[in-house]
Amino acid sequence: MRSRSFQYYLLLAPAVLLSVAVVLVPGLMTAYVAFTDWNGVSLSMNWIGTVNFEKIFADRVFWKALGNNVRWTLLFLTVPVGIGLLTAMLLLKRGRTRTLYQMIYLGPYVLAPVTNAILWLNIILNPVSGLLRHVRHLFPRNSPLAPLRSPLGSPDTALYFVAMVDIWHYWGFLTVVYLAALRQTPQELVEASTVEGAGVLQLFRFLYLPTILPTMLLMFVIITIFSFLTFEYVYIMTGGGPAHGSEMLSTYAYTLAFNALQYGKAAATGLVMSFFGLAASVFYVWMSRRESGA
Amino acid sequence: MSVRSVSAPGVRSAAASWRSPRSRRLIGSAGSHLVLILFAFTALAPLALVAINSLKTHREVVRSPLAMPTTLHWENFEQAWRYGQFSRGFVNSILLSGTAVVTVLTCATLAGYVLARRRIRQWRMVTVYFMVAMTVPIQLFLFPLYYIFARVLGLLGSLYGVGVVLAALNMPLAVFLMRSFFLAVPEQLEEAARIDGANTARVLVSVLIPPVRPGLITVAVIVGLQAWNEFLITRTFLGQESITATLGLLSMNGTFTDNMSVMMAGTLLMIGPPLVFFALVQRYFIEGLISGALKG
Repeated sequence: MRSRSFQYYLLLAPAVLLSVAVVLVPGLMTAYVAFTDWNGVSLSMNWIGTVNFEKIFADRVFWKALGNNVRWTLLFLTVPVGIGLLTAMLLLKRGRTRTLYQMIYLGPYVLAPVTNAILWLNIILNPVSGLLRHVRHLFPRNSPLAPLRSPLGSPDTALYFVAMVDIWHYWGFLTVVYLAALRQTPQELVEASTVEGAGVLQLFRFLYLPTILPTMLLMFVIITIFSFLTFEYVYIMTGGGPAHGSEMLSTYAYTLAFNALQYGKAAATGLVMSFFGLAASVFYVWMSRRESGA
Repeated sequence: MSVRSVSAPGVRSAAASWRSPRSRRLIGSAGSHLVLILFAFTALAPLALVAINSLKTHREVVRSPLAMPTTLHWENFEQAWRYGQFSRGFVNSILLSGTAVVTVLTCATLAGYVLARRRIRQWRMVTVYFMVAMTVPIQLFLFPLYYIFARVLGLLGSLYGVGVVLAALNMPLAVFLMRSFFLAVPEQLEEAARIDGANTARVLVSVLIPPVRPGLITVAVIVGLQAWNEFLITRTFLGQESITATLGLLSMNGTFTDNMSVMMAGTLLMIGPPLVFFALVQRYFIEGLISGALKG
């Protein structure tokens, strides 16, 4: 019997060891490095306590980035969630066309962030060849879209235009997930309530919403986690600029590590980012354990 | 209520038919299609813009990005293919994604089976570990991992190395998906084979793998697309040595500002393959998204 269970450990080993080697061990190293002055190149590494944290907390750019991450999170918790819910509710009543709509909505979602970012940078937001320049006379003169420059060039608008592109790529995913959750609503109840004269809003409030609430909460958690980690679109489209206008914790940490060679500070930033992620994932584990009753 | 509809009988009957359940349903249906089509347009219009402008000249693009091409400039694609190094990029992207998919499928199938059948006492601990690992941010392990990968192991630029790293990142989701697919297979199937004297390897290969084959395809599709599209790890760990298709397109960005049509041709080369692939396997892809979000 003992050899029997040994073989199951062997079966589990590749997946666990790979994850431990790539995620857990370097993760623990980060937690250590954050308290040292390591530069990521040399072998010298001195324990300096909380100096890295004091330094990043004293850095204006760090707070700017954290604020931008919060803004980003709020945008993502509302705009794509709203679009996803609306389209999912409308698709619920569609028959044959449902699959087609889902496929179209997922189109941008399956493309690489690099592709999507470059598409928007060049053919829509570009001040010379972009669509925005071509239609700029449609906007009022004092709007950020009117002048002959990219809205990514202004520290006040850059963040929102990057978020717009990321949301354009993301919302279709939520449509598909919400639709699948909505379809688990007991159909007899929906029919009975319709016969009783319940309107669309009442159906949503009393039947659909309770059914999809666990999924919605899970999506809120996932959106929050990924909003604090968001990197690709910002890095490719603005690099965090201009004047740190779209700086995120991720781009801030990346620049510290790979341009400034301040691994300790980068690791400290990574730890702060992980704090939000870990808080959300503890919530997530707690929630799914409660749900499955395990 | 409406006074006018009472005073004019003709209007009243029209209003009544307007409110009849059948016409209300028809209007509701048309209205919802209108909204759905509007969102479909939002999703597709930017992609269409790329397609239109990939066949024009730069001057035509600048004059109006909305105008249709007058003559079709297919040579834009030739140029984009050359400058974006796509013949190398696509091969490398396939090798990278292939490595990730094969690694994930092997490891996640074995682990998913053990967890589904609770074959070890610590199954709960392992499950919680994978749940946490799924949500750990890349930035938490990126920097030391880079040091180990590049300086200790000397794997900077190795496609297979990066493929394995991407496999590790996707491992938790893949394990959970495989676990839920194994859970759907009745245990009696396995017991019957055991009674006939089959060992674990034999049970897995000839009894359990066939019914979970759709699950394997789902995991392969999700991980494959993920690896194909990945940017942060790929960009950082591959360096300049092994360019992938996405990195090839990125290298064109900024150097082709005065030849936007070639840039658009390159972008279209990157839009086409994932969309075609997605259209072929959309059933498995959507299944993976849903079970990842609803059960995972």
